[in-house]
Amino acid sequence: MNATAAAAVPHRAAVDIQQHIVEIVSDSGEGAQRCGQSLGSIAARMGNGVWTTEIIPAEIQPPARSIAGASGNRIRLGSTSVTNGGDETDLVVAFNEQVLLGRVREGELKPGCVILLESMWREHRDAGIRAAYAETYERLVNDGFRVIEIPMERECLKIVSDARKGKNMWALGMLCCIYSLDVALGCEQVAVALKKKSAKVIEANQKLLQAGFAWAEENLDFKYRIPAIKATEPQVVVNGNTALALGVLASGMEICAMYPITPATSVSHYLSDVFERVGGLVHQAEDEIAAAAFTIGASYAGKCAVTVTSGPGYSLKQEAIGLAVMAEIPMVVINVQRGGPSTGQPTKVEQGDLLTVIYGSHGDAPKVVIAPSGIEDCFYSVITARKIAETFNMVVVVLSDSSLATAQTQFPRPQFDEEWQAPPVDQSPVPAGAKPYDWDEFTGLFQRMVPGQPGGMHTITGLAHDRNSRVAYDPATNEEGLRHRSLKLAALQQTLTTPAVFGGPEGDLLLVGWGSTRGAIEEAVTRLQAEGRSVSSLHLTFLQPMPSGIGEILRRFKHVVTIENNWSDRLSDDIINHDNRRYSALAWMLRGRYLVNVDCWSESRGRPIKPVDICNEVRTRLEKMRGTRA
Amino acid sequence: MTSNATSHLMRMFEEQHSLEDYQGGVPRWCTGCGDNAILTAVQRLCRDEDLRPEKTVFVSGIGCSSRFPHYMKTYGFHGVHGRALPIAQGIKLARPDLHVFVNTGDGDCCSIGAAHWIHAIRYNMNMTLMLHDNNIYGLTKKQASPTSPIGTKSNTTPRGSYLDAMNPLTVTLGVQNASFVAQAVDWIPDMLYDIISAAFHHKGFSFVRIIQRCPEFMPKAFDPWLNDPQRSLLLTHDDGVRPSPAIAKLYRNQEQHDPADIDRAREIASDAETIPVGILYRNPSIPCYEDIRLAGARRGPGMMRAGLEAEFDKFTIWPDGQQPAA
Repeated sequence: MNATAAAAVPHRAAVDIQQHIVEIVSDSGEGAQRCGQSLGSIAARMGNGVWTTEIIPAEIQPPARSIAGASGNRIRLGSTSVTNGGDETDLVVAFNEQVLLGRVREGELKPGCVILLESMWREHRDAGIRAAYAETYERLVNDGFRVIEIPMERECLKIVSDARKGKNMWALGMLCCIYSLDVALGCEQVAVALKKKSAKVIEANQKLLQAGFAWAEENLDFKYRIPAIKATEPQVVVNGNTALALGVLASGMEICAMYPITPATSVSHYLSDVFERVGGLVHQAEDEIAAAAFTIGASYAGKCAVTVTSGPGYSLKQEAIGLAVMAEIPMVVINVQRGGPSTGQPTKVEQGDLLTVIYGSHGDAPKVVIAPSGIEDCFYSVITARKIAETFNMVVVVLSDSSLATAQTQFPRPQFDEEWQAPPVDQSPVPAGAKPYDWDEFTGLFQRMVPGQPGGMHTITGLAHDRNSRVAYDPATNEEGLRHRSLKLAALQQTLTTPAVFGGPEGDLLLVGWGSTRGAIEEAVTRLQAEGRSVSSLHLTFLQPMPSGIGEILRRFKHVVTIENNWSDRLSDDIINHDNRRYSALAWMLRGRYLVNVDCWSESRGRPIKPVDICNEVRTRLEKMRGTRA
Repeated sequence: MTSNATSHLMRMFEEQHSLEDYQGGVPRWCTGCGDNAILTAVQRLCRDEDLRPEKTVFVSGIGCSSRFPHYMKTYGFHGVHGRALPIAQGIKLARPDLHVFVNTGDGDCCSIGAAHWIHAIRYNMNMTLMLHDNNIYGLTKKQASPTSPIGTKSNTTPRGSYLDAMNPLTVTLGVQNASFVAQAVDWIPDMLYDIISAAFHHKGFSFVRIIQRCPEFMPKAFDPWLNDPQRSLLLTHDDGVRPSPAIAKLYRNQEQHDPADIDRAREIASDAETIPVGILYRNPSIPCYEDIRLAGARRGPGMMRAGLEAEFDKFTIWPDGQQPAA
């Protein structure tokens, strides 16, 4: 602690808070991403819970100082583990006022939020820029934000000749001071973040960090402390896509075939870097269809493989997926959802593919669908997917989304389990008389024969076929195939456990979610319960098949509402009524399966659902319910 | 107890295969269909090379030609329309020990699967592709295909097809990494066999276009060539195939063509009047994708765990005092 600085601002003691959301935004290429990620890492190493989310412009090089060009990171810091991005932002560091304006317009900043704004634009040589800055500043102050102008550029130039390279580390130092983070740990993190750079560059950046810290110490009149309870077990800090890639490494699979698509590609980037070290490889195919077909070929030949894609790519793969279903070849498909339909919103969040992955591909094509509900789940779900795919000779879809893809948080470091490894390719002779599709009457399961097994020669086909894999069009054989392929889902369903209800086992309202919304929904439920409201939640990871016992849970609540990040018709539209309303995906499924009057509340705003919005919706509904009853 | 080598030798003696060992179901192709000639040549090849049926996979797409695997007594994969090649590539990369053949048609390969065809040439994976080209869609009952000559009357072009036919030979010869390009015709079975055999022995992606008659929907398509042997050009070379004296006597239009000469290969392929029969191009020095990709260490015991722990280390935050020494 700098004693002089403390003396200069004597009234300032760190205020203890439970959690805070901080954003850092800049033009693309100014390093706000790295600043934010480093802040998250430092806080995580201090023992804080963190959840970082990338703020990504749609273009690679958007014009400088543009509203749509905001690039950066949003970090939620907490005393204990953080499961979602939370509500609006409490504090933001902005390298120019235009990118900041983008965030304001998107409604991402909390009323009265602290804004730490680069002040160099006030005296810029371009009169237009000066005017734009002054005007925005005025408006933000009038709107009630606490805008603090910071001479970041000027301060950086005292240390380096080009402030563009390094301002992010100066800002990181400032944030370390604001959140009472250890400056030495900050310097260590700079070395980690810049490990590919020279020692000289690292040293300059560490100086910038210290300078930023000292400046804040001397000049800012506020400071926070988020008391951390440090974990006693090692934790890994990764985003959802890295967790998926680590899951592929841990699943025993050796081949990943893919085609580039946002926001799934970073799974393959990371895998391409490391997979070969464990004897695996990433094949970048000529298109999405080829990637799916390649995966099927590898799996057929005995090495269960995975293909990674997002919505548009998934649509293209569906015919091939149907082939894997029909020929009963194991296959893992990772779909990191984005906004749709069509090209939609490539970098934005949506849970729009649920019905597609469950019911998609023509004809009756039963597949398994697992939706990880958090970062840790991303890792384990791929391991589970490979096991199910091989045990049941089925296609297993792992349905993530772009909110998990780029969100980073910590979870306990996984303990390696020998069971994760794939069995060696069976090359043993096939017993005389064995049939390629020797379906078990009860479960539909059978032992697959793979090339290389003497005596097992047969031709698999996407045509209807009998137990000998011979093409057959007769009615009985067709139904026999359909029946056994469907029975496998039921057999898997029997092994699943009923998900636990979060909150009381019965009550006024049950919220049901799936996939990435778990953290936000459960946080909302916790807040609502603290208000004395009778609200619980249920979160589904297995969407197809659904575990038993769900219908009973739904029936124990007076009202059931799904919370989903996808489209549902609004009853507030004049033309929409209960006869023609299109429900959210999960609501459709729950209504159809359990004959319970499940309602839905959904958003399709291209961003994660915030706990505060769920809380507001629930309060309104509960008030209305009370009104109707009275 | 016998040594590994001895047991291998013993197995070799046991495994002298006959034609029957490769004959699967009874073909359901039409009488006179050129596919039958291809099937016979391939079964002969398997016997002569003594391919172990369990180590051999025939992959196909959809169409008359793609029924092929059903008629072989090896492993077979009858897939979806146009996608035989990426399926075959997945098989080969996962299991380079398998012999992989691809049977496809002019619709399957040159139309719906054209993207995969182009890229298969680039990958140059060690497999043999047989393009059963009858210039028409047969299984869907007579629609013009990309290789139908302009003016072909079909159910979708009742007043004649509109576009010039695509030439699969010039297309293949135009793609980077083309390593084996040949053409055969169903009506010269001996050379058909020799060409497929040469394709099998080439290490790389062997592309064999086989002109094949469809007696049902295109009965007269190749009559000009059948009626006038001079319109076929036999390509002969010490490094290529050599027609038997009987064939050489009938088809007198011959050329000594060095398969290493790609410029001449392209000229020969471009001549629409003449059907070349033989090996147009062969370049054994182009690396195979599977050899490039599988050059690193294959997965061994302990490798997965070691790699995974190393990756976890990159992302781990250790509690105080627990970080293992580097």
